[in-house]
Amino acid sequence: MMVDVLVGLLPVMVMAVVVFRWSAVVEVGLCVLACLASEWLLNLVQKKPQTLGDFSAVVTGLLLGLSLPSGSSWYICVIGSVVAIGIGKAAFGGLGMNLFNPAMVGRAFVMLSFASQLGASAYVVTDSDVTVLSQATPLTIAKQYASDLAAGREVAGNVEHQLQAAEKFWPLFIGQVNGSLGETSAIALLLGGIYMCLRRAAAWQIPLGALLAGFVCAALARWTDLTPFTALRHLISGSFLLGAFFIATDPVTSPISSLGKFIFGLGVGIFTVLIRLFSGYPEGVMFAVLLMNAAVPLIDRWAVPKPMGAG
Amino acid sequence: MSMATILSKGTFAKRPFRKRSFKGGIYPPEQKGLAAGMPIEVIPTPEEVRLPLLQHLGAPCKQVIEPRSQVQLGDIIGRAKGFISAPIHASLRGTTARVSATTLPAGRRVDVIPIKADETQPFTDRAVYDEIFGGDWAIEELNNYDPEQIANTARDAGLVGLGGATFPTHIKLRRNKEKPISHMLINGAECEPYLTADYRLMLEAPRPVISGAILAGRAVDAEHVTVCIENNKPKAIKALRNAAEGTNVSVCVLKTKYPQGGEKQLISAVLGKTVPLGGLPLDVGVVVLNVGTTAALARAVLRGRPLTHRVVTVSGKGVMAPKNLLVPIGTSFRYLIDYCGGLNDVAQTVIAGGPMMGFAVGSLDIPVTKGTSGITVLTQHETRRFGFGGGDGSGQKPQTPCLRCGRCVSVCPMNLVPGRIAQAARTNHPQLAERYHADACVECGCCAFECPANIPVVQLIRLSKAMLRRKT
Ligand code: SF4
Ligand code: SF4
Repeated sequence: MMVDVLVGLLPVMVMAVVVFRWSAVVEVGLCVLACLASEWLLNLVQKKPQTLGDFSAVVTGLLLGLSLPSGSSWYICVIGSVVAIGIGKAAFGGLGMNLFNPAMVGRAFVMLSFASQLGASAYVVTDSDVTVLSQATPLTIAKQYASDLAAGREVAGNVEHQLQAAEKFWPLFIGQVNGSLGETSAIALLLGGIYMCLRRAAAWQIPLGALLAGFVCAALARWTDLTPFTALRHLISGSFLLGAFFIATDPVTSPISSLGKFIFGLGVGIFTVLIRLFSGYPEGVMFAVLLMNAAVPLIDRWAVPKPMGAG
Repeated sequence: MSMATILSKGTFAKRPFRKRSFKGGIYPPEQKGLAAGMPIEVIPTPEEVRLPLLQHLGAPCKQVIEPRSQVQLGDIIGRAKGFISAPIHASLRGTTARVSATTLPAGRRVDVIPIKADETQPFTDRAVYDEIFGGDWAIEELNNYDPEQIANTARDAGLVGLGGATFPTHIKLRRNKEKPISHMLINGAECEPYLTADYRLMLEAPRPVISGAILAGRAVDAEHVTVCIENNKPKAIKALRNAAEGTNVSVCVLKTKYPQGGEKQLISAVLGKTVPLGGLPLDVGVVVLNVGTTAALARAVLRGRPLTHRVVTVSGKGVMAPKNLLVPIGTSFRYLIDYCGGLNDVAQTVIAGGPMMGFAVGSLDIPVTKGTSGITVLTQHETRRFGFGGGDGSGQKPQTPCLRCGRCVSVCPMNLVPGRIAQAARTNHPQLAERYHADACVECGCCAFECPANIPVVQLIRLSKAMLRRKT
């Protein structure tokens, strides 16, 4: 099952390397190694049997790495990984017991601890030979535009100009835009995501719910001029697809029944868009997933399927 | 229909009437080819049969025969105790020995009466087959039988569900004023991998099957009598259609999916009706009988013979020469396996029944009972695949903690949350078992078959059920 996740992530990794070159290889590799090492060490000191063979640490490392911006320092990767495995998973009692998605726990920790190095501005590197890095991320531009409008300021000419560039469909779809390593290419994410659903390594109810809710919320926001992006642009920009197909579908931290999974997906979609619109952050997937993780026990209690023949 | 129901069923459920399948379920490897082509053979009379006094669901029988007495084929040796019970008859002519005990595959220890076979038997070889399946089955004259008499005959003949559930048949055949029966379903789905006993029976002896079906329908005054078969058995479908021509019996073809032959799944597939939770088919006006049971009913009513023999499939990759055998009840597993050339090098686990719902047996000296539809010998790989293994966990696939992936939920034909019920057993939490309806589980094994963490879900659910029984 975890192997299917690795296969599903393959197109995403390939695109990450195509777009971001070496930094993708180094950062993702570092995260995977650090996750494996943390798991191994923690098992060792707790005198538990080794669990590297279940590949869950590899998946955590990959997702963490792919959610970081290009050019993150090595210690961000390492600290994120240690926290992901140590606090995100081992502290709860290991695989199957954890409440929160480990990769997102690690990501949130480094994001809050190293705010300046992982904020919106960190994504822009002007003197790089990777061209996409010279632009701001599409969501940052959209945010800038929306907040300018809301404040009654005139939208600066270059923001207007950048927005026009950022709104273009094909770059977003293929992945020729700035962003975290694994989030830029919608086509790669869709390919891998659909593969995972077909192999039942991911429950289709979750991405379906997330896309549905995300689309409706974003369409409403566009209609009320809260965002310059159309609903479709919202879905294929930022880490929406990465979150919907790969992060929210972590079986351990999502509900067990089909109905529960769908509700969980809806929640992820709604909160992602709400955070994008109303918080200081341009992106909301990470917090949306963590928030909904916390709601899983509640959903599970409520969404118990009715046995055949009941009521 | 609300979005919620669509999603919770994981499919666009409530398809039109007669969707001929059910919700959930799995497609295990069928493996029927091993024995499907083998005609039913009569085994040479064994030296001894051992008849357990409990071969049915309900109260054990009372022994009514002294040790060292001479018994004839068909003599009563155990009398039914209570309403839900069924008498047991001698399956050979011979001399009884002192009562001993055996452990049934499901783990219960019961008394057995051994009978040493006489040199001469009333029937041997082909004569047994002809007596049980051959000859005329009076399909045109069945209307002369009194409905109540049919039920009484079923009781006296010791008939129980031969598909494996072993519920006493006469109880299902009593008319009930409050709960009239509209449909009599004759279950020929045989959805367990490897087993072909019912298939061979339908193919070789469709007339007693149909004759018994008509009698059963008459007993409960059912408007419709329908034989239900999965679409992987075209020859049996044809044979039954021919035999049923000109009668009130129809043949319904079902999708091949496990557990299509489960009573509740069958009713849902054929009639689109749902048996209420904790209820019986009777509550929706349906009775389900296995094809082997109706053939035995026809024999009991038309020929006055009690249940003494049954067809048993001996199959699996661990058996030298898989076969379908007509055997006296009480014959030992060892005798049948030896008759099939014995076990081969890859044999690992012997299962009473099929690999999905059967039980691994500890000893080959246990006898065939009324409910033994087959003996399946699994290889090491299959032993792991189907979740059998030593109590010490040997031979089992490495378990990981529950990943909460919900695969068990999506395949459960009863729409339960198997992983949670299993967890209730592990954490000794009866309320949890109750909230997730442990009692509704039919132990079909779909959940365990699908579980990527290799959790022995069904074993744990059985523990949960036991925990609930203790509580109440
Ligand atoms: S299939 Fe197994 S691992 Fe998945 S939820 Fe059910 S019990 Fe848990
Ligand atoms: S919980 Fe029971 S009914 Fe459901 S799949 Fe498992 S064994 Fe079958």
